[in-house]
Amino acid sequence: MTSASTSPHASDIVVTGLGATTPLGGDVASTWEAMLAGRTGVRSIDDDQHEWVRRHDLPVRIASPLAVSPTEVLPRVQARRLDRCEQVALVAAKEAWEHAGLGEPGSVVEPERLAVVMGTGIGGAVTLLDQDDLLEGPGLRKVSPLTVPMLMPNGPAAWVGIEYRAMGGVHAPVSACASGAEACITGITVAGFVQARTLSQRNDDPERASRPFDVQRDGFVLGEGAGVIVLERAEHAAARGAQVHGRLAGYGITSDAYHITGPDPSGNGQIRAVRKAVADAGLAPTDVDHVNCHATSTVAGDVGEAKAVQVALGDHPVLTAPKSALGHMVGAAGAVESIITLLSIRDGIIPATLNLDELDPGVELDVVAGEPRKADIAAAVCNSFGFGGHNVAVAFTKI
Amino acid sequence: MADNAEILSGLAEIVEEVAGIDTAEVSAEKSFVDDLDIDSLSMVEIAVQAEDKFGVKIPDDQLAELKTVGDAVDYIAKNQ
Repeated sequence: MTSASTSPHASDIVVTGLGATTPLGGDVASTWEAMLAGRTGVRSIDDDQHEWVRRHDLPVRIASPLAVSPTEVLPRVQARRLDRCEQVALVAAKEAWEHAGLGEPGSVVEPERLAVVMGTGIGGAVTLLDQDDLLEGPGLRKVSPLTVPMLMPNGPAAWVGIEYRAMGGVHAPVSACASGAEACITGITVAGFVQARTLSQRNDDPERASRPFDVQRDGFVLGEGAGVIVLERAEHAAARGAQVHGRLAGYGITSDAYHITGPDPSGNGQIRAVRKAVADAGLAPTDVDHVNCHATSTVAGDVGEAKAVQVALGDHPVLTAPKSALGHMVGAAGAVESIITLLSIRDGIIPATLNLDELDPGVELDVVAGEPRKADIAAAVCNSFGFGGHNVAVAFTKI
Repeated sequence: MADNAEILSGLAEIVEEVAGIDTAEVSAEKSFVDDLDIDSLSMVEIAVQAEDKFGVKIPDDQLAELKTVGDAVDYIAKNQ
């Protein structure tokens, strides 16, 4: 059993490295700085690079694309063998690996004790479309021999494992928005989310389109990115003199068994996920000071989440919704927002939920808006929910 | 019809594009696998690009026989 703000026990799992590439910045520091400054990654995509928006007359012409293209960072030959979701996975993994001080792969961590867990919500959708165009057009011989490794959902985990010599297993738990790497801003995914009536159509005011918990919210904004966290036992981190940035104290996973896209209005699955995470961490609900919400800016989702948090934890937690700035990075959201949660604990500051002009009256908790708020956070929960009725809550505590 | 020197230099450009190996490294005696560290997936890409560039057909059973850059140059020279 652990409790908030105590020294780590040898068997605790601690965080020793963070890496990300997001719509706000090409690394963790620039993302965090932009988030605290109240900037957004949401912008118009009615441009030549996204010509499909106009070609299909899509009613959504906004998104939150990456601030730094992975092709600017990766060596050219490596990039051309990878789907974009695999490219961003490697960019984030490199930063996390270096941040953790792990040196030459194989030198600090025994490869057989190193595993990679990284999923994606959509995966290599762009590759699938591009290669199908080649098959239908010039024909078989133009189809890349790398097609399958580029579109397979375990591709990001596999490439990261190869790069860093992980021989303890590479897993790709696909749990919609709670996964790791995503880069799927393309015609068919936007069209699919449009037809599911989930995306904001505030095309004339992109910066104000993602507005979780606000009465004027009208859907989420599709983003892309990747987040990677290096986890190890506290004793292992201590033995190698690694800097520790927080503790992964517990987690809760549940499913709704209710609807393929909509949240269960009773909030039962979300409540259970948060409670399980808190119990797994050895915490009491009153110990959790802050919740980094999944809140995507959809009409159905945000209020339900706030109510679920209130039932699970009480009236005291302070909430924020990072998707107001990042958009919804789908498979990357859970990992990147876990990083934001850890930074909030480490630096004692909660970024503001952007565009929260008028709190939905259904929300009875304190949501940080306007300016970031200083707060001494001993324990926080990061929520991620996904299509399919997946609910994941992760509890992080201060070291 | 390209001569052997032109084929070598054209092939080297393809290898550079696909596998990132400097064109100066791509000489006739080099083995694709053992010296240039080119994997089977990249060999397929190189073969398709070479077919387009030199107007030849390189069937899979022939591709497997092209161990060195020089083997590929000779095959292309004979079959273009």
